[in-house]
Amino acid sequence: MSLSTPTVSSWRMKACPENLRTIRAHVRSATLGLGCAEDEAADIVLAVNEACMNVIQHAYAGCDDGEIVLHIGNNAGCIEVLLEDFAPPVDFSRICPRALDDLRPGGLGTHFIRTLMDESCYGHSAGGNGNWLRMLKRLRGAAQPVGDAR
Amino acid sequence: MTTPQTTLVEDHATVALEGDIDLSCSQTVRSALLAQLRAGHAVSVRMAAVSYIDSSGVASLVEAYQLARKLGLDFQLTEVSEAALSVLRLARLDRVFPIATGSDGKG
Repeated sequence: MSLSTPTVSSWRMKACPENLRTIRAHVRSATLGLGCAEDEAADIVLAVNEACMNVIQHAYAGCDDGEIVLHIGNNAGCIEVLLEDFAPPVDFSRICPRALDDLRPGGLGTHFIRTLMDESCYGHSAGGNGNWLRMLKRLRGAAQPVGDAR
Repeated sequence: MTTPQTTLVEDHATVALEGDIDLSCSQTVRSALLAQLRAGHAVSVRMAAVSYIDSSGVASLVEAYQLARKLGLDFQLTEVSEAALSVLRLARLDRVFPIATGSDGKG
């Protein structure tokens, strides 16, 4: 799996909670550098943080040996993020946000990702060892993609 | 995040959080809040210095809020930073948690 746009920034690091702060700093710096406003960068930072949390907690099930690879690119004002792991294939049918009026701990990460990003999709890596998540966010003022004009 | 600072006055605990509340420390926050509630203390969570909170941090607050309700104890958030409030709004929890604006828990 690769970005549809040229990658601007890439990082590979251990999938552990202690690295989340570093990941957030990388993503914030990269997205601001790609022209995001502060609030747009904050949205992407939170979405990527939640996605990385899902990898740490569910894909690697708390094992600190796994790695995450993160790519960020920009195509005509659309920020594209690709997150890859090397964990056993995840059962994507189990991924669903909880209803917000169902007050219980957990289940908010997927809601955050879907709310903050314009598109998200996921799949299994070729070869069957790993998963990927691709997220898109259109920046304010960016041209509407062909076929999406209203 | 530094360790949550807890101040106890009679049966009311104020737990002050600061910095980034994420998966690396949300269990510490959870333990601090639940311990006060299990000791029978009302809890105010001071969030003025919270620079970031993710869903794991929010989950700790939800769990504490639910335990407080179960035990019949007061639980509120105070002086919630804009960074934290924006995440609570995203989860629509700003309508669920009692949120006070003043450091005295009023407002």
